[in-house]
Amino acid sequence: MDLIGIISQVVFFLVAALTLAAAFATVLLRNVFHAGLALVGTFFGVAAIYLMLEAEFLAIVQVLIYIGAIAVLILFAIMLTRSLMKNEDSGMNKQWAWAAIAISTLFLGMFIVILQVPWLLNTSVIGTDIVPFLGTELLTTYLLPFEIVSVLLLATLIGAFIIARE
Amino acid sequence: MDIWSFITNPFVSIYQLIRSLLTSLLGLIGLSGDVASVILFFIMGGLVITVILLVAPLLMMYMTWLERKVVARMQDRVGPNRVGAFGLLQPIADMIKFLTKEDIVPQGVDKPVHLLAPIVVVIPVILSFAVLQFGVGMGAVDLNLSLLFLLAMGSVATIAVFMAGFGSHNKFALIGGMRAAAQIISYEIPQILAVAVIVLLAGTISLNGVIEKQSGLFGLGWYILYLPVGPIAFFIFLLAATAEINRVPFDLPEAESELVAGYHTEYSGMKFGLFYLAEFLNTFIISAVAASIFFGGWQGPFVQQIPALGIAYFFGKTILLIFIQLWFRGTLPRIRVDQLMNFGWKRLVPATLALILFTATFLWAYRLFNQFLTSLGG
Amino acid sequence: MINDIPLVYYLSLSAALFCVGLFGALARRNAIAVLMGIELMLNAVNINFVAFWRYGSVNPILNQAGIVFALFVITVAAAEAAVGLALVISIYRSRDTVNVEEIDLLKW
Repeated sequence: MDLIGIISQVVFFLVAALTLAAAFATVLLRNVFHAGLALVGTFFGVAAIYLMLEAEFLAIVQVLIYIGAIAVLILFAIMLTRSLMKNEDSGMNKQWAWAAIAISTLFLGMFIVILQVPWLLNTSVIGTDIVPFLGTELLTTYLLPFEIVSVLLLATLIGAFIIARE
Repeated sequence: MDIWSFITNPFVSIYQLIRSLLTSLLGLIGLSGDVASVILFFIMGGLVITVILLVAPLLMMYMTWLERKVVARMQDRVGPNRVGAFGLLQPIADMIKFLTKEDIVPQGVDKPVHLLAPIVVVIPVILSFAVLQFGVGMGAVDLNLSLLFLLAMGSVATIAVFMAGFGSHNKFALIGGMRAAAQIISYEIPQILAVAVIVLLAGTISLNGVIEKQSGLFGLGWYILYLPVGPIAFFIFLLAATAEINRVPFDLPEAESELVAGYHTEYSGMKFGLFYLAEFLNTFIISAVAASIFFGGWQGPFVQQIPALGIAYFFGKTILLIFIQLWFRGTLPRIRVDQLMNFGWKRLVPATLALILFTATFLWAYRLFNQFLTSLGG
Repeated sequence: MINDIPLVYYLSLSAALFCVGLFGALARRNAIAVLMGIELMLNAVNINFVAFWRYGSVNPILNQAGIVFALFVITVAAAEAAVGLALVISIYRSRDTVNVEEIDLLKW
């Protein structure tokens, strides 16, 4: 394999390792605020994976929305629900051992299936800027989901406001 | 690489000269093709990154000098004039002060968060420097989606500010951090929608593309002259971006008389220096973005023949907009936080939505009219 | 360059991220940490969508179903995080705890 191929694979492994490390930190850290910051690291890692998959628009939207809005929301909620006695427990509830066993089995199963299915591949080279086509498609083929998501966001806005006010 | 292109376009010519020298050097050693292109990529990229990392703090230092002089003159005093002629060495004295001050870390702080916050504030700002176009073909990278990238880097600042406020074991810092985060996310919407108006007019999200589309009218076909949409969009962008970077009149989160120093109360020495660096570099970036999308950036008369003029145009327009920011600082009082939220959500957001509706309808009618005219003529 | 990283790498990364998120949703004590696990699962699923779009579409430029779906997943994740966190804040106000083991009024 040529040099560019080797470099691509090395970069993929680095990014994947960092993303998984941040994800493990999110679910294992005792301090919830630190776990929230590790979640931000995971979001950056996922944005890097999108860049490697040549979906640049989605990568920037991921940073803008997940890190600029959702992560801020999570951190605000962590701040507003801090208890007076922090960090006295392990952060895991009573069923963590069973969950770990079941999920390891699930991952093993999924991994074996992924390796064995003969995936139908159609890889072609993307030469042009794909964002104009995305815009056209959003407003023609996918217009109905677009409008439904707008109504959903309106309902969310009103609902969250009503639930969270004093 | 004749002498004329060297004179009219110095920086790009030097870059290409170094690149061809390195290619021939690598060819002499025996590497060529794939390996050579990878090595060249890293070396030239490293060179560009070094130049940016040297230019950015220098820009920031002389912006602080400009601010102190301009605000002083507006307040009928002289400003720094002891350290070097006209106080030009004052920023160097400030840097030495920041580097040598004691770094006090209070007792109950969350150490990793407290340490990381200044770094997370500075990183998106310096990343934004990579996509700015300083002249014709003189940007570090030319992304297809530069404007969206700049907006995304602006929104990462929310996390950093919140980390700074929450990590310091200090109620004033926490309130300052919360207010700053709320302010940034509230004013992201008008800022993004004002940029969306320009994207509608230009048909492209690339910063270079938007600048190139403003080349009509002998280099003066800037988007701010597209009445009535241009000036309104510029005004909204300027207000929203000033609120995004927490500058006067929207600087309540760091107000000295209200919140001690807001989210950077507990920072001293170089960590505070990093917050200070980030604030001034942010000011430069939004002035540069406004100059590029509303005033044409490096576009101007004769810029195709003498590309070096593009650098002069870009910096001239950016310094003009920075001067407007400093003018705000010297003249306007601070806005209260509830007035700020009120203004953002109840006035700017509906105004910007109406502006986009108007622009889109106008563009559609204009294109329909053009089609009608060409079908008449044909 | 896109042919150098096989599809299987992306799919296994997505499966691993999904399982980590599922562990967070099942085994954590703080309700907000459970919501963070759910966000991890949604991100993993998005990676899957985009990987299949890139490696499986006949015409990735004209048929961007993968990216559009991922975009809608991000939007719905934002909506769900907002409502979920509003609920958590409301529960904190009335019961003064966000420990999932103590919010058990519906248990028999």
